[in-house]
Amino acid sequence: MSLQLLFDALSLGGIYAIAALGIALIFGVMQLVNFAHGQFIACAVFALILPSSQAVAELGLGRLPTPLLIPVILGFGAALALLAEAAVFRPLRNAAPVALMVASFALGVALQNLLLVIYGSRPKAVSLWAGLGHPVQIGGAQVPLLQLLVIGAVALILAGLALMLKHSRIGLEMRAAAQDFGMARLLGVRANRVISGAFALSGALAAVVALVMVAQTGVADVRMGGQIMLIAFIATVLGGMGSLAGAVAAGFAIGAASALLQMALPAEARPFRDAFLYGLVILVLLFRPQGLFAPAGAKPRV
Amino acid sequence: MVLALEQVGVAFGGFRALTEVSLAIPPGQVTGLIGPNGAGKTTCVNTLSGFQRPGSGRVLLDGADISALPAHRMRRAGIARTFQAGRLFGGLDVLDNLACTGVGLGQRRAEAEHAAQDLLDWMGIAALASRPAAGLPYTDERRVAIARALMGAPRFLLLDEPAAGMSEHEAADLAALIRRIAGERGIGCLLIEHNVGLVLSVCAQVVVLDGGRVIETGDRAAILASRPVREAYFGADQAEAA
Repeated sequence: MSLQLLFDALSLGGIYAIAALGIALIFGVMQLVNFAHGQFIACAVFALILPSSQAVAELGLGRLPTPLLIPVILGFGAALALLAEAAVFRPLRNAAPVALMVASFALGVALQNLLLVIYGSRPKAVSLWAGLGHPVQIGGAQVPLLQLLVIGAVALILAGLALMLKHSRIGLEMRAAAQDFGMARLLGVRANRVISGAFALSGALAAVVALVMVAQTGVADVRMGGQIMLIAFIATVLGGMGSLAGAVAAGFAIGAASALLQMALPAEARPFRDAFLYGLVILVLLFRPQGLFAPAGAKPRV
Repeated sequence: MVLALEQVGVAFGGFRALTEVSLAIPPGQVTGLIGPNGAGKTTCVNTLSGFQRPGSGRVLLDGADISALPAHRMRRAGIARTFQAGRLFGGLDVLDNLACTGVGLGQRRAEAEHAAQDLLDWMGIAALASRPAAGLPYTDERRVAIARALMGAPRFLLLDEPAAGMSEHEAADLAALIRRIAGERGIGCLLIEHNVGLVLSVCAQVVVLDGGRVIETGDRAAILASRPVREAYFGADQAEAA
């Protein structure tokens, strides 16, 4: 039972963490909360299927063999984010943060409507990787194979990202830019490269979330981006805006709290789980308004 | 190799921060820039490092007009500076603060780290390499900021009040470091300071600003003997009495 809870918490939290990272990466380098991130996820979901008005979707890109499908969808997410950066955010580079935020909202609405026009508003059943629903016995727990794969993939992604940020050239530039973008620029760090890199990574992470969501729920729904975006945004706030480690930790914390509430709440209260969850978030923010892991650079020096 | 301002004027709205300022920073020696508060010292540094475009006049590097270069291009051209506020990347460790600059200047990561380590060794602060910059004591923070400015072997280094808030002893250590930077590395330094004693002890040439104009240029003896300098610092009456 408790082992089952652990796996639930890890797989749910892992997805929240990956989604939150996508937002924190961009916030770190340009102080932009990209509210279009949820729609990046939705676009990557719909990229898997062919446009039709049927209730059961026909796979398009999703038909590719898995070793090809994963890089293609990740590349699609990265390309979409890069395109959004070049078309929308780069011209606004020197605009006020609020203008950038509003632009990201607008972009999100535009993408959502684009999906509605092409695919219609009806949620569609998608069967991607149907074999992964099979349960696996671990200890006393029955764990779906997909859940194990998700946990493994999240661990790999986080480790890879940590290594990249710590040891690669672009990683160092991104960390410096997240601390003090103006100073990094003055020292010669190429702003366009760092920002493009952050957007590409963020888009690829959105695609990861999309793949997992489709495989888990078996549904492609235009609204799914908004829901995950809300949780991811809350995780970045809770983690301390701009702190990557904080976003990941808060993503896992929200996943764990969700899984715990699901188990601990009496059956009648379970439909209101999210109300309890967000109530908890408000409580935490009352005591730590700067987030749980505010970056050192965010504290004004005396 | 000389970095120079030629007849530079800078105005903010109706306020003339600099008027016809000319000064030259030769390589391998320390040039001092002093003056009362509001004399235009930091505006000079900003103009020399691309943070402020001159309204009139020119910024010259080896005779070439570089007035229009943005700050990061000036840094690439070999003009480095420090800031009064330090402005280290607090969340990065000291080595990464330096390495990031090397990378920004076009070095590979490994190259940049190697150069950063060498520089910390040269300055005798290698022990700080893995410390987060945010927790450094004040004097160490200043030294790391100078080390960061030295990445990529700049030809000129502009130091904006590096000794502010330091004790006599700490300022003397800093003076020794600045002499080494000019002497051993051949870098032309511009030292802006309120601590006039420090400037006179380190600098071969000193430029005195007051009200945005150069009122005196010369060596230690010339500055000490200068009547306009005494007037600027002590007011006309006291200069009269002295």
